[in-house]
Amino acid sequence: MTHDSSGGEVILSGISKRYGAFTAVHPLDLTIPQGSFFALLGASGCGKTTTLRMIAGLEDPSSGTVSLSGEDVTALPPYKRPVNTVFQNYALFPHLDIYENVAFGLRRRGIKSVKKQVEDMLELVELGSMARRKPNQLSGGQQQRVAVARALINHPKVLLLDEPLGALDLKLRRQMQLELKRIQTEVGITFVHVTHDQEEAMTMADTVAVMNGGRVEQLGAPADLYENPGSTFVANFLGTSNLIEAEVTGTSGDDLLLVAGGQKLALPTARCSAKTAVGGRVLAGVRPEKISVAHRDDEDSIADGRNRIPGRIVDSSFIGVSTQFVIDSPVCPELEVFVQNVDRDSRLVPGAPVVLHWNPAHTFGLDAAQDIDAGVQEVEAA
Amino acid sequence: MRWIRKNLVVFAGVLCLAYLILPNLVVMVFSFNKPNGRFNYEWTRFSTDAWEHPCDVADMCGSLGLSLQIALYATIGATVLGTMIAFALARYRFKARGTTNMLIFLPMAMPEVVMAASLGTLFLNMRVPFGFWTILIAHIMFCLSFVVTAVKARVMSMDPRLEQAAQDLYASPLQTFLRVTLPLVAPGIASGALLSFALSFDDFIITNFNAGSTVTFPMFVWGSAQRGTPVQINVIGTAMFVIAVLVVVAGQLLGSRRKARA
Repeated sequence: MTHDSSGGEVILSGISKRYGAFTAVHPLDLTIPQGSFFALLGASGCGKTTTLRMIAGLEDPSSGTVSLSGEDVTALPPYKRPVNTVFQNYALFPHLDIYENVAFGLRRRGIKSVKKQVEDMLELVELGSMARRKPNQLSGGQQQRVAVARALINHPKVLLLDEPLGALDLKLRRQMQLELKRIQTEVGITFVHVTHDQEEAMTMADTVAVMNGGRVEQLGAPADLYENPGSTFVANFLGTSNLIEAEVTGTSGDDLLLVAGGQKLALPTARCSAKTAVGGRVLAGVRPEKISVAHRDDEDSIADGRNRIPGRIVDSSFIGVSTQFVIDSPVCPELEVFVQNVDRDSRLVPGAPVVLHWNPAHTFGLDAAQDIDAGVQEVEAA
Repeated sequence: MRWIRKNLVVFAGVLCLAYLILPNLVVMVFSFNKPNGRFNYEWTRFSTDAWEHPCDVADMCGSLGLSLQIALYATIGATVLGTMIAFALARYRFKARGTTNMLIFLPMAMPEVVMAASLGTLFLNMRVPFGFWTILIAHIMFCLSFVVTAVKARVMSMDPRLEQAAQDLYASPLQTFLRVTLPLVAPGIASGALLSFALSFDDFIITNFNAGSTVTFPMFVWGSAQRGTPVQINVIGTAMFVIAVLVVVAGQLLGSRRKARA
């Protein structure tokens, strides 16, 4: 691709969207750096699609401005903005064949010789032989690629993707995720991707903004969001988290000392996003894969200095690469633990008494005033 | 026995078709008749006289021309107005929307004779002279409902994202309408227009109340049926039927060829 993709930086300042009394997007400031793969992640109705549509110009913001590569485009209609969108369910023109669908943007801008460009673009998405077919004669995955080609051929400064993989089955979705990532790396255009699928967002994006209730809850690199969630919503929406209600009893070096259900735990002060005081409450979180399970008989062999919780296995399910345990503990009900199937301990069956232990550095702390289950339901509904 | 059971659907289909087509066939056959009296109700002998001299009956071709003219203008008027109304009703939320929706439906639901009489009264009271224009106005009025219904269904079922996609791909509102909206709604507009033409061409009741001394083709047929039916009426009837069938067949062929090419 030999085109100018420079300056594809998107800056949203204070944009909001209200529909009557309902606020879809609260005033939002966001800078999407040029050339990045940026994901807006959230459950349905969180305002992510509205935000995307405001960048495209398909929705007028109630307040604030949108600027693209330093130019304020808030007042520009969609057909004058240098952005293109891959719509949910693709929105291919059913009365035009694939070739004309892809050529549509070029023709509207009065470009006469479109043949070479359209053919190249169809080659890029491996649909050269389909040029004269109608969209409804193509499979979902092929339609998706046409939608991408139809947008990319215009060399937009920013490509907006609205749940582009939502209609595909799981296997095809995985394949297209990698494909889109490849195309993005190849063309270097800024991609803004809206999705409700946290795995999709983490696989593809450099930066993920987790949205909830019309606000950005947290923004960062996927690994950063996963390891250091700033709220219970992010902790539960991105993967699963075990959140333990605990009381702060003091500090020791860089660690906060907690007590939960009579059990002493340590939490690095730097990883606690809540304001804490001795006697105050905090949610101590730990990801399921960070926890090790030992049978109660082996408790003595656990190294010192690790956080430990006694419990009893309620349920275990074998899922190939790992085994998923649900463990009830007086400290916290229904703890989830994923254990790699390296050496399987045959004593770890439902009913067995166990001790859970993990490196205190893997603990994160959240404000206890929040809803501990925020973001849990949304994952199931999605 | 099994053969019958297997082909029961085909059998029923053929019967239905026969039921539909038989009257047309009778009209067609009798267009080649040479009746003895003034009434063309009994088969006498084969002749192509009527086909060779279709306009021999006084005033018939004039009324046919008038009917075709009115049907054409009514179709154009109803299609243009109806399409605009359909877009307004489907796309915009305005105060009188519910009322308009209902009023548009009314001409289809109301007994034709009632509508005909009230229109006649209206024209009379407004001192509009009966004739070509009153017929045309009446025809546009009742064709409108059918166009609106056909086009509205099409507009409503259209994915709004298609137009957004067009705009996103640099099409101005006018280009979006011409390149995306119109082609997608066209089948609805075409079916509304065809329906309008057919309805206007063969309308008798409303025309009869609002025509004054003007005579359209259906009125001519009705009038002559009192005094005798010239064979030429069958000729016109047959010709219309054949043209309609040809148009449909041509449309089908065109559609299937387009599909085959794709």
